Amino acid sequence: MFYREAGQFKTSYRDDQALFPILQDQIGIVAILLAAFILVPLFASNFVIDSVLTPILIFSLAAIGLNLLTGYTGLLSLGTGGFMGVGAFACYKLSTYFPGINIIVLIICSGFFAAAAGVIFGMPSLRIKGFYLAVATLASQFFLSWCFIRIPWLYNYNVSASIEVPAQTLFGIPITGPNASAGTRYIIVLTIVSVMTWLASNLLRGRIGRTWMAVRDMDIAAELIGIKLYPTKLLAFAVSSFYCGVAGAMLVFLWLGNAESESFSINQSFLVLFMVIIGGLGSLTGSFFGAALIFGLPILLRMIRSALDLPMTSATLEHINFMALGILIILFLIAEPNGLARLWQIGKQKLRVWPFPY
Amino acid sequence: MHLLYQIFIDPFVQMGSAPDLLVQTLWEGLVAGVLYALIALGFVLIFKASGVFNFAQGIMVVFSALTLVGLYAHGVPAFLALALTVGVMFVLALAVERLVLRPLVNQAEIILFMATFGLTYFLIGFGEMIFGGDPKVMIADQLLLPGGSYTVKMLGGFVQMQKIDIAAAVIASLMVASLAVFFQKTRIGRALRAVADSHRAALSVGISLEYIWVTVWFAAGIVALATGIMWGARSNVSFALEIIALKALPVLILGGFTSIPGAIIGGVIIGVGEKIGEFYWGPLFGSGIESWLAYVIALVFLLFRPQGLFGERIIERI
Repeated sequence: MFYREAGQFKTSYRDDQALFPILQDQIGIVAILLAAFILVPLFASNFVIDSVLTPILIFSLAAIGLNLLTGYTGLLSLGTGGFMGVGAFACYKLSTYFPGINIIVLIICSGFFAAAAGVIFGMPSLRIKGFYLAVATLASQFFLSWCFIRIPWLYNYNVSASIEVPAQTLFGIPITGPNASAGTRYIIVLTIVSVMTWLASNLLRGRIGRTWMAVRDMDIAAELIGIKLYPTKLLAFAVSSFYCGVAGAMLVFLWLGNAESESFSINQSFLVLFMVIIGGLGSLTGSFFGAALIFGLPILLRMIRSALDLPMTSATLEHINFMALGILIILFLIAEPNGLARLWQIGKQKLRVWPFPY
Repeated sequence: MHLLYQIFIDPFVQMGSAPDLLVQTLWEGLVAGVLYALIALGFVLIFKASGVFNFAQGIMVVFSALTLVGLYAHGVPAFLALALTVGVMFVLALAVERLVLRPLVNQAEIILFMATFGLTYFLIGFGEMIFGGDPKVMIADQLLLPGGSYTVKMLGGFVQMQKIDIAAAVIASLMVASLAVFFQKTRIGRALRAVADSHRAALSVGISLEYIWVTVWFAAGIVALATGIMWGARSNVSFALEIIALKALPVLILGGFTSIPGAIIGGVIIGVGEKIGEFYWGPLFGSGIESWLAYVIALVFLLFRPQGLFGERIIERI
């Protein structure tokens, strides 16, 4: 009844092509952004911000990155963790070489290093397709993980082989390092994620996004209508890795505080892939849903356990966690193979025609 | 210049000067390759018959080995435990078909792939809960697998061969041979190949998909059990074995997803290449290149043959 576009007339193509053409959607997105930027830092506890919201946002960005590649261009990649690692280690090296430059600039810059790595490892994608490509991207994952351990230059030769985040301030407020408050870091992450999501959505609606989707739907047909496959696929790899790299840098610099090779292992790649699949292939909104579900599930299980006061060791809990995750993944795939984004679509459609069934 | 010498000449000089070491390395590579091939075989079986890229093959190896060891630890005689484990793998195949594959029939490949991920996570949690996470010793002696080793004198030195490795190679060859016969000569094998060609055409001539899927998953389970026994006898049975599944993936793309001989030859190429590379070139890069060398070898082959060495030729039409 309330969510209906009846009576909203578009008088120009510009209006018609807007990101949120429906008034209710515009109100909704503004409300969500206001809540995220103002209400959450004011009222949410540090635990919620630091252990739930910040990581979910960061993983959403990584999931968006992978979604650009897998969901929009149809190239299955299992190397996300490695590219996130490239971003993090690049940011660390940049911050040691250029301590004067603001860390936010460096985080964005480190995305370019990840993009370069993505282009290099994306090169086989012209010849290799499907699962063969997925296994080929595993090569990048293992090679990069190996580099993070075996090249001491990357972590400045320190003994623990881990990277530590230097303390930095912006306008006198500490934004990284131990003194930065959870709220500040959350705001920065939120800003970067919002801006990059907005950029991605515009990229996807334009020529580049359309060529990607053409390649995804059928690459030979795309080639026949004049899309150059190789540059298109490499660009997808570059942009996707850029997003993953920025996410990786944020993961270390704005959330974990320190990290080593293990933080960017193959499990991280799988986790992000789950987020994309559960959220919905080819949907930016879905990336957020997927990240929230996959990341939030263990937290939820832990809360249920403490609420019920079950006598369980943490090891058992960990096992149950694994089992629950496995079962949930299968159940979600059976219930809605197109992911949470499709459920969201269906919900919106139902809302439009409510109170009638169709 | 020095680096070039170290990369292109020095390793070969080393090989020439100590041929017994070379043979030893080759043998170890061969054995590792056979074991990789066994895992890859499990992948190929399922991929051929249902188009599912079964990521859970690695954990099935661990799960079957743990079941075997766990049953034995509870006082079940070794061979009865073996039979019971085969039964457990059959139940697992039934459950997978009924609960995972059947509801997902006709979905995109990537969805099925993800579902096997879910299965992997479930089996990890389930296995650890029942059997605990600590490593266990495989009951190799009780299963009458030979222990000890032969030392062969050759080429001015000694080459040591573990008897268990020889047994592994023999069992793997037998398994491949019997699978090949099964696929080529039996009624079920013919039905399997029909399903692999086209689900719909197979259905239309009256082949039951459910029956076929249970059969291949069961066959893959038995292959997993054999792999688990062999790997377990060489090291211990623990969840660390799960990563060997990732080792089998380059074998798979090298040999081609759909080829049983490809899995074997790919396994041997990867195994030998990996061991030789690690032994002769490894020190140059710092050790541990084993973790990615296999992938690089596979990638190089793939650049020339995108469908793997023996995969069916990919024909694309508009």
